Amino acid sequence: MSTLDSKVPDGPLDKQWAHHKEHLRLVNPANKRRIDIIVVGTGLAGASAAASLAEMGYNVKSFCYQDSARRAHSIAAQGGINAAKNYPNDGDSIYRLFYDTLKGGDYRSRESNTWRLAEVSANIIDQCVSQGVPFARDYGGLLDNRSFGGALVSRTFYARGQTGQQLLLGAYSALMRQVGKGKVKMYDRHEMLDLVLVDGKARGIIARNLVTGQIERHGAHAVLLCTGGYGNVFFLSTNAMGSNVTAAWKAHKRGAYMANPCYTQIHPTCIPVSGDHQSKLTLMSESLRNDGRIWVPKKKEDAVAIQQGKKKGSDIAEDDRDYYLERRYPSFGNLVPRDVASRAAKERCDAGFGVNKTGEAVYLDFGSAFERYGKMEANVHHIENPSKEKILELGKQVVSAKYGNLFDMYENIVGENPYEHPMKIYPAVHYTMGGLWVDYNLQSTIPGMYVLGEANFSDHGANRLGASALMQGLADGYFVIPYTIADQLAGEIRTGPIKTDTSEFDEAEKHVRDRIEQLLNTKGTEPVDHFHKRLGKAMWEYCGMTRTAAGLQKGIEEIRKIREDFWKNVRVPGKADEFNQELEKAGRVADFLELGELMCKDALHRNESCGGHFREEYQTEEGEALRDDNNFAYVGAWEWKGDPGTAELHKEALTFTVLQLSQRSYK
Amino acid sequence: MKLTLKIWRQAGPKAKGQMVDYPVDGISEDMSFLEMLDVLNDKLILEGQEPIAFDHDCREGICGACSLFIDGRPHGPGRHITTCQLHMRRFKDGDVIHVEPWRAKAFPVIKDLVVDRSAFDRIQQAGGFVSVNTNGNLVDANAIPVPKADADKAFDAATCIGCGACVAACPNSSAMLFVSAKVSQFALLPQGRAEAKERALNMVDQMDAEKFGNCSNIGACEIECPKDISLENIARLNREYLGAAVSKEEGPPVPFHKPKQA
Repeated sequence: MSTLDSKVPDGPLDKQWAHHKEHLRLVNPANKRRIDIIVVGTGLAGASAAASLAEMGYNVKSFCYQDSARRAHSIAAQGGINAAKNYPNDGDSIYRLFYDTLKGGDYRSRESNTWRLAEVSANIIDQCVSQGVPFARDYGGLLDNRSFGGALVSRTFYARGQTGQQLLLGAYSALMRQVGKGKVKMYDRHEMLDLVLVDGKARGIIARNLVTGQIERHGAHAVLLCTGGYGNVFFLSTNAMGSNVTAAWKAHKRGAYMANPCYTQIHPTCIPVSGDHQSKLTLMSESLRNDGRIWVPKKKEDAVAIQQGKKKGSDIAEDDRDYYLERRYPSFGNLVPRDVASRAAKERCDAGFGVNKTGEAVYLDFGSAFERYGKMEANVHHIENPSKEKILELGKQVVSAKYGNLFDMYENIVGENPYEHPMKIYPAVHYTMGGLWVDYNLQSTIPGMYVLGEANFSDHGANRLGASALMQGLADGYFVIPYTIADQLAGEIRTGPIKTDTSEFDEAEKHVRDRIEQLLNTKGTEPVDHFHKRLGKAMWEYCGMTRTAAGLQKGIEEIRKIREDFWKNVRVPGKADEFNQELEKAGRVADFLELGELMCKDALHRNESCGGHFREEYQTEEGEALRDDNNFAYVGAWEWKGDPGTAELHKEALTFTVLQLSQRSYK
Repeated sequence: MKLTLKIWRQAGPKAKGQMVDYPVDGISEDMSFLEMLDVLNDKLILEGQEPIAFDHDCREGICGACSLFIDGRPHGPGRHITTCQLHMRRFKDGDVIHVEPWRAKAFPVIKDLVVDRSAFDRIQQAGGFVSVNTNGNLVDANAIPVPKADADKAFDAATCIGCGACVAACPNSSAMLFVSAKVSQFALLPQGRAEAKERALNMVDQMDAEKFGNCSNIGACEIECPKDISLENIARLNREYLGAAVSKEEGPPVPFHKPKQA
């Protein structure tokens, strides 16, 4: 076991980034034109990085598997983006955003990275507004804010329930501007299938053209992976169908360490599973928890009646409702962090209080919000003694203006009107805090390879707060990588173009081709989805919301069996040199089958509970996560040794200079 | 429920396509349309047949990848939804459902139901942006107040997901709704005004170069748009375009923009 050098600069936390930037090496404008950079992924991190680097003068090649860069899954983020602007004058500051993020992450993130994230957060809003991102505004024409889980201030900027879409389209427009200028060459419908190292440095990738099936070699002086998270290892998640770990996993197998892979975020407010046919789960934005109240019946008999379809939520009297988050966490109430809210829902459902036929759902109720807003509107419109119906009508209008698109989405999927009946929700896999290990410069353990956004591990610790993913993706792409990458590239100005007709590229390409042949030639009896669903069930059961040592050991055995079975019995139709969506899926699931085991192994080794990682053996008397700071205040980074089971653990000790480690409390 | 699907199959861009019948059984009304196709595909794979290729990704109506022409309507029956949000409860047992790709000269078929929509990216490259570089020293966001009504309208236009349903719905395969949504978003915001003229002219030039047809005010695009983008935007684009074209000679020269070949 070795220790990892995080390259965190010296000095006080609030001076580190400014000082570091001032002392990084620079590349002069003429030399930038001689340097090529590959950016894989076009989400918030990838699009913002590719556009920014091209603006600076580097030659950028941008890759995405979708048919257009605009479709990367950042587009689906709903709620908002945090920034320490303190526009509402409620006492926000860089320190408070840093504090909330670090505490929200249950003290398992790197302090310096989290500080930097909070520090650049305000710049992101300025940048996006200049690009023409239409954030929500108040009647004075200034930007509006709302509050989100894990915070006591309103610092979340939003664009209705489509903030991710608007931010991504902003970054996409900046990217398209550079494509138009010829500074970025766009490769859409391309998938990275291997990383190429020359003399220990990342020098290019092997990619498959998804339309023709052609295997292509691309060389560059540096490679950026901005490839998102790996939540689809659970089969059912809020991720897009194509979201995958393949690029990151190939890099892992080439020497990049995978850090904290067991830190998974289960989002509390998703639409519950309806049946075996289900292909994905849909998130209902956390912003709904601002106005919606979460409850289950107090009495078991009411819950059973609801499960059997004999009663409805609206039949339960106010006194017979258990607003369990408000009961357990009076100070944060419905706005506790996601991991806490999810576990609390599971606890009630496991105890038999679930409110749908599967018993795995809780209510998210807007009844009090309708009333509160309705009364306010009646005052605004000078309606004297409004009737109850009038209040409800006015209140529903206000809620519709705020969350209309989410209510419509719910009705479409569930077939029930959420204005009349309380929504039913249940936790679902949403985000992965773990990812490839990076140092302060976002460089992985492979020199020349950088990892940005959800694909890296650094800023959110063991649990990410709402509205922080958009912040991190854009911080990494717009305001971190443009500075830190120059330090390495300054040493590359005499390297010249990277040749791709070398033995290293030959080897990597052969590796890719062999694997594709193997997938196609297995000619088994089951389609890819069959294995993916089995893997997902095992992950959810053994490495989901709560975990135990015995369960994780079982999970590892189970996953190994599924993996063996996959390579014997998978059936992938079609050919290698054509548009073949089953082949794409097969390659991704093969990688998930390895990652899943590593996640279990990581969860098994971490004998504590923290954030999204909850080991049943380690909890307080009140059922909260019990950390072990003496033994586990470190980042666990795994090195590939030929098999997930033999991965070797490396540690980066986490030190905290500003905050005292304490038990997270939202009571 | 039991259904008969008539689906467009086409092996590749140059191959000749045809409608093929597929009976499906055991479809639950809670399934989405794409989940129904997943069921069919898994069956085809086990029978040794080629699964049906179709574009999809987020499956929650926001990425714009899914693109089926179902029973003569882009994204199928129902308003303001994409195909991935279409659920089988909208169909009845025994229904015969026709499924085709987007049909437009500017959207050539790649395989089966998958088309190439990169023309939209090229239109965006022609002017769908505000020319601002990444810069940590911009003015504070609140130094640019935007009247709420304008901000809301700009948002309504910006909500376009670039799926291409407007083009598929239009008898002339016009892309005016798509282009006008982008032009409107920036035209309504102070940040976008500086380049408003060039933007309108260059994006329309590129749209023509991509061989999209002309707008003839039929309005099918607005009806079929999953994001309810209003025809008002087309009116605004026409105003912007006309104003830019008329003032072109007197004002500062418009930078020469050569449309890219599709």
